[in-house]
Amino acid sequence: MRKMWYNGRRTNLYIGESPNGGTMLSLDRISFSVETEQGRKQILKDVSFTIDSPFTVITGPNGGGKSTLAKIISGIYTPDSGKIYFNGQDITDLGVTERARLGVSYAFQTPVRFKGITVSDILKIAAGKDLSVSEACECLSNVGLCARDYLDREINNSLSGGELKRIEIATVLARKTPLAVFDEPEAGIDLWSFGSLIKVFENMRDSVNGSIVIISHQERIMNIADKIVVISAGQVERQGTKDEILPYLFKHDSMCDALKGKV
Amino acid sequence: MIDQIEKNLLKEIADLHGIPEGAYNIRKNGQTESRSENANVTIVTKTDKPGIDIYVKPGTTKQSIHIPVIISKSGLEEVVYNDFHIGQDAEVVIIAGCGIHNSGACASKHDGIHTFYLEKNAKVTYVEKHYGDGEGTGEKIMNPQTILYLGENAYLEMNTTQIKGVDSTDRITKATLEAGASVVVSEKIMTHGKQYARTEFQVDLNGEGSSAHVVSRSVAKDQSHQIFDSLINGNSKCAGHTECDAIVMDDATVSAIPRINANNVEAALVHEAVIGKIAGEQLIKFMTLGLSEKEAEEQIVSGFLK
Repeated sequence: MRKMWYNGRRTNLYIGESPNGGTMLSLDRISFSVETEQGRKQILKDVSFTIDSPFTVITGPNGGGKSTLAKIISGIYTPDSGKIYFNGQDITDLGVTERARLGVSYAFQTPVRFKGITVSDILKIAAGKDLSVSEACECLSNVGLCARDYLDREINNSLSGGELKRIEIATVLARKTPLAVFDEPEAGIDLWSFGSLIKVFENMRDSVNGSIVIISHQERIMNIADKIVVISAGQVERQGTKDEILPYLFKHDSMCDALKGKV
Repeated sequence: MIDQIEKNLLKEIADLHGIPEGAYNIRKNGQTESRSENANVTIVTKTDKPGIDIYVKPGTTKQSIHIPVIISKSGLEEVVYNDFHIGQDAEVVIIAGCGIHNSGACASKHDGIHTFYLEKNAKVTYVEKHYGDGEGTGEKIMNPQTILYLGENAYLEMNTTQIKGVDSTDRITKATLEAGASVVVSEKIMTHGKQYARTEFQVDLNGEGSSAHVVSRSVAKDQSHQIFDSLINGNSKCAGHTECDAIVMDDATVSAIPRINANNVEAALVHEAVIGKIAGEQLIKFMTLGLSEKEAEEQIVSGFLK
């Protein structure tokens, strides 16, 4: 077993072999609903699955509850019922900060803009320490950006959607946490950049020392997954290995239509 | 002699760790403490009222002029008139500022009235910082007035900062611009406790091709109150932009009154005002990076006012 350090804080995490036998994250009968004008709407119903492999993709039609699930994992939303275990520890009642400090990272689907805060500032916050130029450069080159051009840029409207997205991914990479959840990293990225984004995740897959969860509609991303979970209408429709799920996805008419719209 | 408290005031307002290089005039507790002139910069004490005239020769370049004011005596109140005469084609950096250390119970007050006369093509960067400290209960009050006259193609950039410790401030900045002249004003203010800050800008774009860009960023905390009042008059073919961007926290209040008057069909004027609390998603993003809510708030505020 190997103790892990990140953000300058020592953690009790054991990489690759967590106390409950290799399960990084486990969701146990998670339900979540929101109040709407038409009454209560169920978003997730009894969702249970485990993240026990290095690379998991969560997919499924829009509005199926995928992003809500990511927010429940990162602690932004609190489920109505059910439990979340991270390395065997019940984290259901922990807040966003506490989960982040335990080693959960979350990349927003729509990156947040900040006035006056530079790329260099946010990478330092993410890493939890001052970064040398070469360390910052590494974070940014991983997402295809040149540090020299970006470190002093403010994270505001002067950056394009694709640039913001890459910086968002870089903040998660800079944290080097055992668990990283990416909510549709491909959304808002132009086709030109998409190829290099796939490479980013392929590299992460090769060098990963924890678990990566990606919410995605992209076949190329699913192709590098160890496990695929299909969420539809707030429930786990199917889960399994890439070889089990991909043929199902692309045969299944309704799902295929939903996915085609995104590709 | 400058003591430790006064050294700290100088450091806060002028980033000075000792006696500056270049021309300077240090005013301490209502008197000139020390002064330095050179071949291009002349400083003359006014005879009719408190203050100085500063003359910069035409064509002067790469000069910095420091004119800090420090008040360490509780209960001192003063009005000072400083006039800057910047010759044609001159290019200078002027660093002014006022630091008040009030350890007593009486109010200390400095009202600095700075008038700038920029001749044709002159270029000025004017930096002004206000700072107050001291353990006393006496108020620290600053009411600066800045009057700018910009000749043809002159350029002035004004950066003002008031981040800490000033209990009450009422700032007035007025600018008159001739053809091709441009003024860029950037103001940063943070108020806390029961502080009050009012800033008023009035810009007259008289000359063809003149432009103004006035941006105020502020944070109001606790029970403090801020008023931003700006007016740009477009009197010819010109471009004017005024912007107020404020974060309110706790029980603080902020009012923004941006006004633009187009008195010429070719005047292009824009005003923007945004006031609100820190966006929840900004806090959440930083919390997902491991910061507590309070740490996240501090990072957002310090970035905003950077």
